[in-house]
Amino acid sequence: MPTPSESRPDPDLLLAKVKRQEADARRGKLRIYFGSSAGVGKTYAMLVAARKLKDEGREVVIGVVETHGRAETAALLGGMEIVPPKSMPYRGKDLSEFDLDAALLRHPSLILIDELAHSNVQGVRHPKRWQDIEELLAAGIDVFSTLNVQHLESLNDVVGGITNVRVWETVPDTVFDDADEVVLVDIPADELLERLRAGKVYVSQQAERAAENFFRKGNLMALRELALRRTAERVEGDVQAYRVDKSIGSVWKTANALLTCVGPDAGAERVVRGGARLAGQLNAEWHAIYVETPSLQRLPAARRDKILATLALAQDLGATTAVIADADVAMSVVAYARSHNLSKLVIGRDPARRLWPWQRSSGQKLALLAPDIDLVEIGRSDGALRDGDARNSAAWPALPGAESGDRRRLKRLRYLWAALACIAVTLLSMPLAAHFDRSNIVAIYILTVVLIAVRLGRGAAALAAVLSVCAFDFFFVPPRFSFAVSDVQYFLTFCIMLAVGLITGQLTAGLRFQARVAAHREERAGSLYAIARDLSGAVQIDQVVRISAESIERTFRASAALLLPNSAGELAMTTSRGDATLAVDSGIAQWAFDKGQPAGFGTDTLPGSEVLYIPLRAPTRARGVLAVKAHNRRLLRIPEQRQLLDTFAALIAIALERVHYVEVAQDALVRMESERLRNSLLAALSHDLRTPLTVLVGLAESLTLIKPALSPAQRESAEAIQDEARRMSTLVSNLLDMARIESGGVKLNLQWQPLEEVIGSALNAARGMLKQHGVEVNIPRDLPLVRFDALLIERVLVNLLENASKYTPPGSKITLAAQVVGDTLSVSVSDDGPGLPVGREEAVFQKFTRGERESATPGVGLGLAICRAIVESHHGKIVATHRPGGGARFTFTLPLGQPPAAAEEAEAADG
Amino acid sequence: MAEPLPVAILVEDERQIRRFVRTALEAEGWNVHETDTLRQGLIDAGTRKPDLIILDLGLPDGDGMEFLRDLRAWSNVPVIVLSARVGEEDKIGALDAGADDYLTKPFGVGELLARVRAASRRCRDTGAGLGSVFEFGDIKVDLSLRTVHRGAVAIHLTPIEYRLLALLIANSGKVLTHRQILREVWGPTHTEDGHYVRVYMGHLRQKLENDPAQPKHILTETAVGYRLVQTARD
Repeated sequence: MPTPSESRPDPDLLLAKVKRQEADARRGKLRIYFGSSAGVGKTYAMLVAARKLKDEGREVVIGVVETHGRAETAALLGGMEIVPPKSMPYRGKDLSEFDLDAALLRHPSLILIDELAHSNVQGVRHPKRWQDIEELLAAGIDVFSTLNVQHLESLNDVVGGITNVRVWETVPDTVFDDADEVVLVDIPADELLERLRAGKVYVSQQAERAAENFFRKGNLMALRELALRRTAERVEGDVQAYRVDKSIGSVWKTANALLTCVGPDAGAERVVRGGARLAGQLNAEWHAIYVETPSLQRLPAARRDKILATLALAQDLGATTAVIADADVAMSVVAYARSHNLSKLVIGRDPARRLWPWQRSSGQKLALLAPDIDLVEIGRSDGALRDGDARNSAAWPALPGAESGDRRRLKRLRYLWAALACIAVTLLSMPLAAHFDRSNIVAIYILTVVLIAVRLGRGAAALAAVLSVCAFDFFFVPPRFSFAVSDVQYFLTFCIMLAVGLITGQLTAGLRFQARVAAHREERAGSLYAIARDLSGAVQIDQVVRISAESIERTFRASAALLLPNSAGELAMTTSRGDATLAVDSGIAQWAFDKGQPAGFGTDTLPGSEVLYIPLRAPTRARGVLAVKAHNRRLLRIPEQRQLLDTFAALIAIALERVHYVEVAQDALVRMESERLRNSLLAALSHDLRTPLTVLVGLAESLTLIKPALSPAQRESAEAIQDEARRMSTLVSNLLDMARIESGGVKLNLQWQPLEEVIGSALNAARGMLKQHGVEVNIPRDLPLVRFDALLIERVLVNLLENASKYTPPGSKITLAAQVVGDTLSVSVSDDGPGLPVGREEAVFQKFTRGERESATPGVGLGLAICRAIVESHHGKIVATHRPGGGARFTFTLPLGQPPAAAEEAEAADG
Repeated sequence: MAEPLPVAILVEDERQIRRFVRTALEAEGWNVHETDTLRQGLIDAGTRKPDLIILDLGLPDGDGMEFLRDLRAWSNVPVIVLSARVGEEDKIGALDAGADDYLTKPFGVGELLARVRAASRRCRDTGAGLGSVFEFGDIKVDLSLRTVHRGAVAIHLTPIEYRLLALLIANSGKVLTHRQILREVWGPTHTEDGHYVRVYMGHLRQKLENDPAQPKHILTETAVGYRLVQTARD
């Protein structure tokens, strides 16, 4: 029963929705034409839809379309733009492949790419075509593609079971589920068979024989049902997403998640697919774990690789994966499920054979341990074994088993030691037999077996137990020096001896395993602690680089290097010491850096590379790329190790970011200091220059005021001194302002203010120069407030007015006008004088330039250069043009913004 | 002479500037005392009962702002500040600290004397109290009736505009900083909203000035504040 609080939308979900929408807005849309088998007309349907969009004016480009020689389909291609494929050399042949980079460069609005499940030739950036499409979508390009039901990863084995034909090219279900639209292309089985008979269905030559089995009516009907059902599931998913979207009472169950257990058996893949399908149907998150027990640890390298490959498959299908080292599978699975709040377990059914009648199946064990957790057992199929092996050997090239040889030799040595110990104990006990009871001799043997179990492991202990029983029988039990036994009770002794030996061996070996697991954990924690401590002390990039490389070498036995971006965002290699074994491909590294995704070994992108590239993502942005090449490559496939490496990468990224900010802070300090110095220098200069000028102006003016009055000639001289001193003062002001602006040390005192005011004060300041000119002011009354530094804009206006008065004959008219143009305020000062020399309109803004070369007009051409510097510091523009009807016109613009509300309300309240 | 000459104190470290300022003031009938340090200036201000102080802000022996604050604690004598153009903040600070007016170097003798006359007149007027009618240009403000007329035509002002005008009239000839105007008209909580003043000053100019773009009475002191001038220049 929904209470009000339950029907309220979950804020976390809403937040996730907003984030998703933001991401979606930039991302391209994927539409998949989905069909039950080849020949239903997916490509045709896709082309028809694309043509329609093209006719409506969309920019449609064809990436890949396979017509398979069908005329109707080929006809639809006419007039469409095609991205030319690139040819890739492969085993002596040239294969043509879709050219991803050309498509990204072309950047159409919509691109058609047939055959979503296609696998690319080795050497192309991504191994799979769906990964190419992901990249196109990320670049904001819409994609149409086609897919058959048998290529869906989670249905792959089901379809294989129905048709007896397995396909190797699969697409993860997440791609299908995350597609924005799925269009089902469907025709009845009979019609499809009809088309097949008419030769309208393309069948490749090598598959012709298989096709005979494949295109049977029963198969086709089953496939059709699968396709319909899968589409229906997706539609249901859409409905559910819509309900969450529209906040219609959430149907989300948080404790719905499920846990899939991966075992060493061949059926593990089936279990993983089953888990994935179930999770998809339940719309729940899911986990996949592998519990590594001591016996599993002794498996050959190839089988351990296969288990890791199965985990990787689970990850592809959307699972969170983990490897847990523990001796008790059931206990650790239940503990994991509880700690992650997982309410369903998916396991594979145990093999039917059992060693002992009292042995429980793992299902029963789990049921006993956790009666509240739902348990789903997936049945096994023998077919899966063969297929699974074939698949894995193709996808995961065998890794060199460097370790296994060593280990075998070590093992043999242990058995030898165990045998020698038994012989030694027998020899030592021989003289004792005369003095001690035989039961004491038995105790000595048992002690030996326990010690061997502690030192040399379970196998050696078992061998020692058997040898001990034999030796005891042969040397001590009468008749001595024969295996014959006179007294039946000794059989009991033998049995007990053997049992004690085997059990203690088993127990101590378990202890050893636990100790080793603990040691591994401690090692991981220790290495994390060490790198965190070392990085926290680093204050320079070099130190971070060195510490990272050393820590990774120590922890992973791998070569590592950091690639750091320069100011243009291009990565450059930084190796602390010349490591020749690490051949870094800067193209892959750049890709990883730009996309923020790992690439190279063990990832989806260029997995053929030997080096793994992990982007160093810090809170603000990516700080570089970590390149790692492991000597033992299996190490990097274990999820725990990858997670540890990712944690390392995060720590390194944070250290790099911290160092970056330390540098930024230092720069700011230096800049502040130099600015302070410059300001005090300019202030001192200004004071020292102005004081004598003030004296000059003042004294010259007082000359004109003294009584008795000067003669006209003397008076004229005094006035001239005064004028020149004032001009000098303006020049000094201009020079100092220019110096301040050029050095970037000007802090604009930006205020919202009416332009009218500064025009008034500029006219007032230029009053003296404009005595002989007529000035007309032409500004509308309703100009908005603009944000500028009044003093500097006044300087611009004064300079422009001074300029106009200087270069026009007395009596000319100067017009000052302003108007709003677009989102800027445009202010112009025009005159009707001789105008600017043609072609010099731009040059007048250069420093020390004047209109006419040989002019007698005084003044250094600094005024307009300052005008430009000031206007540009306000993000405006200044230009010189010719006024229609003769004369020059200088126009500058200031950006309009959003002025703050004036306090009109206050007036209403007052009145 | 029945009345003693008014006393001016000139605090300035540059001898030549002192010389011409002194000459100009003496020609106007002032008794001028010169000093080149703030310390001595403060002592003179206490002992000589000045009618006017001219203070250079750029003295080597201390902060002119400190001088003003000290002085304003016990005296209302008019103070005219001399400053270089770069120091707009210094000027605003000095005006806020109680200076009456400022001059930017280099300044002419004519400008100086005009400021001196305005300051001493204002000082006299405050002593006598303002008349109830104030006139500038062709505008006539009756402070007791709270009416404003251009010639015979009544001009309607909003309450804020009127308060602004009354403030300008009360400080006629003196520079008021944006901060001072905001505090007096809008109250102490609005001292950062500089655009209020500019907008209303614009309204006032449109109603009272013949050419609002080239005002004759309500003058802008760029980046510092405003000043009401009763008798227009030129």
